[in-house]
Amino acid sequence: MRVLVCVKRVPLTGGRMVLTADEQAIDTKHLGFTIGPHEECAMEEAVRLVEANGGESVVLTLGPAEAEEQLRDCMAIGADRGILLKTDEREWDAQATAGAIVDAVRAGEPFDLILFGNESADAGGYQVGIRVAYALGVPVVTGLKGIAVEGGRARCERETGGGRDVYEVPLPAVLTVLEGLNLPRYPSVPGRIRAKSKPLAVAEPSRPEPKLEKLRLVVPEGQGKQAEVLGEGAAAAPRVVEVLQSLGVA
Amino acid sequence: MSILVFVEPQDDLSLQALAFARTLGEVRAVSVDGPYAPAAWAAAIASAGAASELIVAAGSERGNELLAHVAARLDQPFAANVTRVDGDVVTRARWGGTLFEEARLHGSPRILTVAPHVHAAEPAGAPLELLAVDVADSPRVLDHVAPPSGGVSLRDARVVVSGGRGVGSSEGFAIIEELAGLLGGAVGCSRVVTSAGWRPHTDQVGQTGTKISPDLYIACGISGATQHIAGCKGAKKILAINEDPEAPILASADYAVIGNLHEIVPAISAELRKARG
Repeated sequence: MRVLVCVKRVPLTGGRMVLTADEQAIDTKHLGFTIGPHEECAMEEAVRLVEANGGESVVLTLGPAEAEEQLRDCMAIGADRGILLKTDEREWDAQATAGAIVDAVRAGEPFDLILFGNESADAGGYQVGIRVAYALGVPVVTGLKGIAVEGGRARCERETGGGRDVYEVPLPAVLTVLEGLNLPRYPSVPGRIRAKSKPLAVAEPSRPEPKLEKLRLVVPEGQGKQAEVLGEGAAAAPRVVEVLQSLGVA
Repeated sequence: MSILVFVEPQDDLSLQALAFARTLGEVRAVSVDGPYAPAAWAAAIASAGAASELIVAAGSERGNELLAHVAARLDQPFAANVTRVDGDVVTRARWGGTLFEEARLHGSPRILTVAPHVHAAEPAGAPLELLAVDVADSPRVLDHVAPPSGGVSLRDARVVVSGGRGVGSSEGFAIIEELAGLLGGAVGCSRVVTSAGWRPHTDQVGQTGTKISPDLYIACGISGATQHIAGCKGAKKILAINEDPEAPILASADYAVIGNLHEIVPAISAELRKARG
């Protein structure tokens, strides 16, 4: 089977949000990068599906040239090849991103399954995977915590208030997943070495005007909390219990 | 402004979104009955709302999913988790609500979900208009798997005692479990812990885990990455137990104890037992 996983390069933000002076982006001068937790699980799932069924997994991203780093990380886990849809520094909105992905999918060999994270770690738009599915005319199920593929069909589980709902769709399909779907593996050293020479195709789609046009980013004001230090070490325990009692939880 | 609002009548977030939408203009409130089938439900909503200026729903799992389907179907822009609307400009949540974006939607209808807890819920008032849905070949819920029984649900617990990297191991969580048990609460953890395999993902609090709003959140050995704060900022009170007085979590905490959690947490449990006699 052939599985495509779409991922997005996002900064490792740490404990604070700091913006660039023009308020258009997070200041990433001192930050490393990764892909979102949901997407790590999507990549792991794709690798497992290909291990079980044969075929190949392909990892794709729309992003700057530096996003090759994230594609190589995915290859180190097991993706067989990568596709970089290279952009300049400007962000693309969800409709534009989906459009570029659809063009790339149509240009290559057909996929049985296309996996996305349910929402990106940064923009959190909840929509790129769904838009891609509609454009390709295939079914989409989102928010998945369990996937089982058999006989050209995918049995999909998502959590609800109590328990899990089960869906079933024929392939090809788009599925979006949540962290917790699986526990992703760490890349091995041999995996990292192999990743350096796996094939990477690069395209440069032209950026359409955004329909969800970012004007500026805003860091929310803190709640103005000043943590009251109740004490140090085990000696603070009596004071802690007083506070618990005053909160009505002890 | 003509506004179509999709409402799930039993859902508090839907009633919040409906009340929010009413502040923007006249609303037509609709709902759907029957087994959940996102694409089919979305087709009905899109049909009902194609001529509206705004289509609105709650920023819940279902709301975000349904309106993304609607947006894909109508090929119009969609903004999730909006906190403010000003004409065609919205403020919406990024990074699980730890960063916001002001954005202009170019399209009609403009489609948005309302971030949880931006507006108080109000009763629907008039009965909701039920849309007819043709489920046909649409993916829909076929079966339901019951949850494993027992334990306090993380999402609903009034008290959550949570451990991070500082707990050090799976066995280290015994003291966390002990304190949670004494307080009738649930055990939570940070992503570092689940990635290390010390606790299951169902215990994870954060942007990609469970978002909680307990009366009290006790964060033990958790540094306070923004993605973790995204999951616990709904707590009424936060107590941080950490060796590092500069840990980012302290900027979000109401109370702190500085020191080694392996000494502090058992000491709190012992003090609680003593107080109960």
